[in-house]
Amino acid sequence: MSYGGAPAPPEHLLCPMLDATSLAAVRLSIELALATTCILLVLGTPLAWWLARGDAGALAWLRTPVRTLVAMPLVLPPSVLGFYLLVMLGPQGPLGRLTQALGWGTLAFSFWGLLLGSLVYSLPFVVQPLVNAFEAIGRRPLEAAATLRASPLDAFLHVALPLARPGYLTGAVMGFAHTLGEFGVVLMIGGNIPGQTRVISVQIYDHVEALEYTQAHWLAGGMLVFSFLVLLTLHLTQSRKAPA
Amino acid sequence: MRPIRTLVTLAAVMVASWSAHAETVHVAVAANFTEPAKALAAILEKTTGHEARLSFGASGAFYTQIKNGAPFDVFLSADDERPARLEKEGDTVPGSRFTYATGQLVLWSAKPGLVDDKGEVLQGGQFNKLAIANPKNAPYGAAAVEAMNRLGLQATLQPKLVTGESIGQTYNFVATGNADLGFVAMSQVLQGGRLKGGSMWVVPGSLHAPIVQDAVILKRGQGNPAAKAWMALLSSPRTKDLIRSYGYAVK
Repeated sequence: MSYGGAPAPPEHLLCPMLDATSLAAVRLSIELALATTCILLVLGTPLAWWLARGDAGALAWLRTPVRTLVAMPLVLPPSVLGFYLLVMLGPQGPLGRLTQALGWGTLAFSFWGLLLGSLVYSLPFVVQPLVNAFEAIGRRPLEAAATLRASPLDAFLHVALPLARPGYLTGAVMGFAHTLGEFGVVLMIGGNIPGQTRVISVQIYDHVEALEYTQAHWLAGGMLVFSFLVLLTLHLTQSRKAPA
Repeated sequence: MRPIRTLVTLAAVMVASWSAHAETVHVAVAANFTEPAKALAAILEKTTGHEARLSFGASGAFYTQIKNGAPFDVFLSADDERPARLEKEGDTVPGSRFTYATGQLVLWSAKPGLVDDKGEVLQGGQFNKLAIANPKNAPYGAAAVEAMNRLGLQATLQPKLVTGESIGQTYNFVATGNADLGFVAMSQVLQGGRLKGGSMWVVPGSLHAPIVQDAVILKRGQGNPAAKAWMALLSSPRTKDLIRSYGYAVK
């Protein structure tokens, strides 16, 4: 939306159902979800690997507290995350001080702030499937690889990773879909900037609050269909892989 | 057995008699009027025994909620347009609408000295973000946009704008320092008639249409004595003084 500034581009030319701001919101949401999922898959792998190692290792006592922390976003209201992010990202907050010292300014109301929020918010949805997958593999295949003189890294890359593929698929799909569905955190730290922080869910909220039900229907209906198809695909591929 | 039964009867009688006198009014309050509304709710309870349950939000959001059957008895809007529309659409008690305050828009920063008393900080661009309320839903946001347009600054300021869903969230963005500047309601930054902190510019009334704030009893509040008491309190001379102390103009 332009606040009385330049005239909006002819909306019907861009897409018959969605206006330009809605399309920007869709694009932004997909970018945010993709970035979040990719980062979480990369960062989540060593974390999940460590969490799945049972009671081995020097810092074994840390596992249960860390596992609990990872699960926290599942039960916390998004407003709790949003509130603490807003305070911590502000110029007086610890993260705000850090980002300012690094010359990035403050992160609230920016794509990077949303990305940070999404990483926290979607963490369990990516890490938990990975932990489950690694646990399901157990130690046997890796011990077998070790007896064949594979290095731990080799064993991980060529034995554990391929075996954990269903976990990666689930984690990626859940992380992506869940980030796409994020609302509360974004509403609290986003500032509703078109093209930068106004994601689909916020756009729908704005449409509804302004009684623009037609636009809201297109976006909300689209989300409904998309979520159903994504989860359906996930369940179909999983049930095919499950042992008979 | 008997003392217990007596006690239970006594309690029941007390509850019945209390509820016969004290009613509850559900009030949808535009976010800018949060502080005065809280003060008024306390006065209402003390003087009449009626309880006012307050919800705070953007006027536009409340309008939508009321149209969709939200259980409010009274609506204190931040404009006169939405209450008038509800009246025309038959969602109010006829004749109950009146103007309880005229709002004052201010440009505010939590940083002392950042905002000068002519608002020239807007031209300089020495700030990270400028927070406004969603102009679609919040009359203070619409007034802010109008003021920026009249100043001829909308194009320069556009890249720095962040939008809160209500004037409450907008205030929050500035108070936490995440936005250096924000257009908020004067009532939010005054305490006991004086600036709470930071720096502000009182936006001249010539830069936007007056923010005329109307109150109305909704259909659901018809016959609710607490709703009537609330409206009577809202229009009493002493209340007018109270509202003025928050920076509003009251006729």
